[in-house]
Amino acid sequence: MKLNRKEFLERAGRTGLAIFGSTALFEVLSGRELMAGVKNDPSAVRWAMAVDIPKFVNSSDYERCIQVCNKIHNIPQMNDKMHEIKWIWKEKYEHAFPEQSFIQVRSDLKERDILVMCNQCNNPPCVRVCPTQATWQRKDGIVMMDMHRCIGCRYCMAACPYGSRSFNFADPRKYLDIDNINMEYPTRTRGVVEKCDMCAERIDIGLKPLCVDACRDNSLIFGNLNDPKSDIRRALKKRYAIRRKPSLGTEPQVYYLV
Amino acid sequence: MFEKALTGSRRYWILLALLAAVILTGFIFYLKQVNQGLIVTGMSRDISWGLYIAQFTFLVGVAASAVTVVLPYYLHDYRVFGKVTILGEFLAISSVAMCALFIFVDLGQPFRVLNVFIHPTPNSLMFWDTVVLLGYLLLNLVIGWMSLESERRHVPPPAWLRPLIYISIPWAVSIHTITAFLYAGLPGRHLWLSAIIAARFLASAFSAGPALLIILCIILRKNTRFDVGREPLQALGKIIAYALSAHVFFILLEFFTAYYSGIPSHSHSLDYLFFGLDGHATLVPMLWLSAILAVAALFLLINPNTRKKEGLLLFSAAAVFASTWIDKGIGFVVGGFIPNPMDRVVEYLPTVPEIMITLGVWAIGFFILTLLYRITVSVRAQDL
Amino acid sequence: MYDSSKVIPGLLVFLILVTVPVWYNLFSKTSGNVPDPVIDRKYNECVRPAKTMRETHMVLLNEWRDRVVRDSDRSTITVDGAVYHRSLTNTCIKCHSNKAQFCDRCHNYMDVSPDCWDCHSFPEEEPHEAQ
Repeated sequence: MKLNRKEFLERAGRTGLAIFGSTALFEVLSGRELMAGVKNDPSAVRWAMAVDIPKFVNSSDYERCIQVCNKIHNIPQMNDKMHEIKWIWKEKYEHAFPEQSFIQVRSDLKERDILVMCNQCNNPPCVRVCPTQATWQRKDGIVMMDMHRCIGCRYCMAACPYGSRSFNFADPRKYLDIDNINMEYPTRTRGVVEKCDMCAERIDIGLKPLCVDACRDNSLIFGNLNDPKSDIRRALKKRYAIRRKPSLGTEPQVYYLV
Repeated sequence: MFEKALTGSRRYWILLALLAAVILTGFIFYLKQVNQGLIVTGMSRDISWGLYIAQFTFLVGVAASAVTVVLPYYLHDYRVFGKVTILGEFLAISSVAMCALFIFVDLGQPFRVLNVFIHPTPNSLMFWDTVVLLGYLLLNLVIGWMSLESERRHVPPPAWLRPLIYISIPWAVSIHTITAFLYAGLPGRHLWLSAIIAARFLASAFSAGPALLIILCIILRKNTRFDVGREPLQALGKIIAYALSAHVFFILLEFFTAYYSGIPSHSHSLDYLFFGLDGHATLVPMLWLSAILAVAALFLLINPNTRKKEGLLLFSAAAVFASTWIDKGIGFVVGGFIPNPMDRVVEYLPTVPEIMITLGVWAIGFFILTLLYRITVSVRAQDL
Repeated sequence: MYDSSKVIPGLLVFLILVTVPVWYNLFSKTSGNVPDPVIDRKYNECVRPAKTMRETHMVLLNEWRDRVVRDSDRSTITVDGAVYHRSLTNTCIKCHSNKAQFCDRCHNYMDVSPDCWDCHSFPEEEPHEAQ
């Protein structure tokens, strides 16, 4: 078989293209979800959270939950609204639920603070857009972050319709109390995106998220949505619940009991 | 052929030196950004994409616009563009290089950028954007270089070049469509959540690219022996007229849907950009400037009497370029983040480091363009 | 050869320059300074033998990272009766708690700068700002 240089280059080029193309094809065909979304398998665990709005009365009711998360997860505290990092925080009702706000809204909701966090959506747009799978959805529904892989492109921040994600514009250690860092949880570094991950490190060993444990009087309910006997299922059966921006199809799994 | 870029007139070397100075300044500021993080920019938690991604979006369009000269010449034998296609292809190369650089300087962890290829993610439009942009860069490098090389040797280009040129035509459309898809599929950003975004992008790209090409041709005519002549510029002017008409029409369509439907989320971003929202109106003057420039250019380009005067043609081209730059960059990218998901208005202004880095990347693009055009001029001049 | 009077000396100068690392270390006093990392022992055995760790600890850490973070596998490993978590922060650093005395000794010698400690903190060191 006599090949001249041109033919050799043509064949090498075609082969290279086939190899590169097939690795991408293999990734696609090997069962990875193309459109992110956990299939509704009733026997699998599906974590969800319910926020019992009327039980949050004083500012300490909110701060209890927020502070424990901030402290244990080494979340930098900066007095800088432009670059702040927040995993769980409070917003006024009209900002948390812009589609359910009107002038004559129920009086207890009108000026109320609402605890907001990543909604761990069932159909998360942030997962769909991440170019490196630095954020992905686990089988139990939690939307996870891999800080090692994140390239800091912030596409996920543009995709999230709830503003749940924060970016490390600077080195977070500059804004931490250096002597009181929780050594058992990594800090993050500049240039990566972060968000609430429902305390994955705790729920994976059978514990509840920090905010749920810290709150009083069951104001935060956490459990397996696929277990009909779980606290959250029973709460959702009894009480009316709303979710943030439901019309967008993201299927948020943080329910707000009104 | 590279050696042709190593000789040139005084003006050539002065231009390269000036661009190098801007590049160096930008690079120094970039080192500051790598050191301190993106806090040196004006971006915030709510406006997470700013000047860098705005330039990227605009320049993908300029890169795609090479098709406006390639298609008529290669598909329809429109001889008028004989001298211009190579300029369009080289402009595409320079633009794609700038696009890649703008993405790189925008990343929080730029040295992890290869993760996009180590972990390919077909459901992410950003992955595909990287792939098609690299492909387009390669296509134009091969096509441009081979065409020019063949011209230098006075031989027809090799037969395998034709299929590549034909592929580059839909590929050009695809790069800008995919960039539009980056925006048009995000559920929470209502300025971007419109079916017409890809069409709008292409229309403004086919206005901005040829406009820049007209300006570059006139610069070449004034500073080198390379004169494309009158006809190609007139043809480009007509292309801009049609593309700009479509672009303005599409914007008016957006206004109609937003305001006639009365749905607040559809119109809030346009409110902020054109009328001010919640007392914030920083970008309003720029958006109206963009609108006025576009309409003025439209009149000057549609009317053949004004289009035929090359001075006015140059003015219109500059107006179109500025207008689309404001509309696609600042208006579209920044406006999409306002109001934020909590329905609050947070504003964005670029900082000095951000501007200097941006200028540095533009300077790199023009540096590459100058080198490539120098080679072109030299090859064309060899027979004079 | 043209210009051999310039080329041959030039080649010799190049050879000398390119082999600087070899003969400089051979004749300087710092050669032989093999790194000497120090461990504060709190457990008996490391999760792998020292020789294996010296060669492949970076691979092991990457495996652990992917297992724990990406596969959500927080199961434990048992080595000689001692139970360990697959965690840099909560296992490795518990024994190798002094970065300057342990990790840096070899890394500086090899001129390697991993960025793990931008995020994973060491107890016996001021958590410094990321480089």
